[in-house]
Amino acid sequence: MATQHSRSAARLMMAPAVILLLGWMLVPLTMTLYFSFKKYLPLRGGDLGWVGFDNYTRFITSSAFWPSIQATLIIVGSVLAITVVLGVLLAILLDQPMWGQGVVRILVIAPFFVMPTVSALVWKNMFMDPVNGLFAHLWNAFGLTPVEWLSQASLTSIVMIVSWQWLPFATLILLTAIQSLDSEQLEAAEMDGAPPLYRFAYITLPHLARAITIVVLIQTIFLLSIFAEILVTTQGSFGTKTLTYLVYQRVLESQNVGLGSAGGVYAVILANIIALFLMRIVGKNLDA
Amino acid sequence: MSRTVTTQRKAINTALAWGIGLLIFFPILWTFLTSFKTEATAIADPPVFLFFDWTLENYSVVTERSDYARFLWNSIFIAGGSTILGIIVAVPAAWSMAFVPSHRTKDILLWMLSTKMLPAVGVLYPIYLLFIKMGLLDSRLGLTLVLMLINLPIIVWMLYTYFREIPGEILEAARMDGATLRSEIIYVLTPMAVPGIASTLLLNFILAWNEAFWTLNLTAAKAAPLTAFIASYSSPEGLFYAKLSAASTMAIAPILILGWFSQKQLVRGLTFGAVK
Repeated sequence: MATQHSRSAARLMMAPAVILLLGWMLVPLTMTLYFSFKKYLPLRGGDLGWVGFDNYTRFITSSAFWPSIQATLIIVGSVLAITVVLGVLLAILLDQPMWGQGVVRILVIAPFFVMPTVSALVWKNMFMDPVNGLFAHLWNAFGLTPVEWLSQASLTSIVMIVSWQWLPFATLILLTAIQSLDSEQLEAAEMDGAPPLYRFAYITLPHLARAITIVVLIQTIFLLSIFAEILVTTQGSFGTKTLTYLVYQRVLESQNVGLGSAGGVYAVILANIIALFLMRIVGKNLDA
Repeated sequence: MSRTVTTQRKAINTALAWGIGLLIFFPILWTFLTSFKTEATAIADPPVFLFFDWTLENYSVVTERSDYARFLWNSIFIAGGSTILGIIVAVPAAWSMAFVPSHRTKDILLWMLSTKMLPAVGVLYPIYLLFIKMGLLDSRLGLTLVLMLINLPIIVWMLYTYFREIPGEILEAARMDGATLRSEIIYVLTPMAVPGIASTLLLNFILAWNEAFWTLNLTAAKAAPLTAFIASYSSPEGLFYAKLSAASTMAIAPILILGWFSQKQLVRGLTFGAVK
């Protein structure tokens, strides 16, 4: 239907967005790749020549690497588990008939709109502070010794903060998916005498499978690059140094750009593996 | 009989949902309440909830010190600017993909999405270096551009899904009725596109307002928005809970209100149309 004329017009209309994104992707990535093969210390001698894959091996063999991978996996894995499980339960609850459903939805969704630096600081100081935090007061009330959350249970604390931020997202997506479930199907199963757990396992959960996959993939992308929550709370100490934070430290704090760039390339590869899965699902949906 | 059971179940649902909802909302509520306390009341053990002498002092202290207005203006400028720029670039692109699709449209859309997945640390140093070279470090313009670029894929996608819902037949019908291209755009297309554009604007303003990687790494004193302002409370001012709460409340209140209007768009915008 489209004429030659309208097609070239369409291409012209698309050009600015495509060119901008292409530049945004290619220019810095090429620079990162370039630096990753160099010994480059801006504050201590600058460009000290090519070193091949030296930075890549050094980044992996440094004592900070495996702990950072471990911290990343623990944070991402725990937050995903918590938000998906609680998200499914909350979504089912919010889908039930009740009074004031709209208000409850607003209460549940609110943390998603709180900027990361605010949620990190409020949790760190007003809840997790071992002297004046609310948790300390609560522990005192029961005659217990308050926990020094961010040093003694650092990873748990970060997981709590980040889960609080992302639970609303998971709940909202899953609630949207649940609401598209045909309620007649559930009623029919109920009439046939299927117990609630059975209905959940064989009707609700399969229906939610795709939404859960999407929640997992999208959250993984965002969770792999959480930054402010760590910068504001522990600054990477007490075993909370994630891959993202490690690269940030190498690049900006110790200004070892070659080494940090190699780490950056690893982060890009990791994110791309996950992105590939996400794109396949989104792409399939585009055809439908 | 069944009716009473329903009412009873409804009551249980209501109690449970409200309880959990309030628990999740509690940190925000607590921050809000604490912002009206004196510093001594803020750390009182046992904690005081409602019955204290409410004071606005923290708000005046926070707004007077540290050029609060400048941080606020930076946030508005950067979030607003990046969103509007993004829309200007994205509308024609989304429009052409929705109404004149080619066999490559899908690939382009997916490729755009893939750029969103580029981890920021992977390009941190190059951007930092380019910013220094171009004099953009700690400038509102530089940050506006970066945030526009990182949100552009989402903007294009959202607009695309909205535009695709506008039936092409309506345009044809208008043309058959003798509408000129100009009146077709003004009277037929625009009214149908405005809600979608507005939703896109809203969600991306929120995302840009809360962005906390580039805003923390590319700004210092001059162009820092509210995310960085709050981060500066990390220590030792963070131990003054009442003032921290007042600053936090002011930073999140406008977005919380906007956010409540954008729940539906959130689903569409962040799942790229994969969940409806």
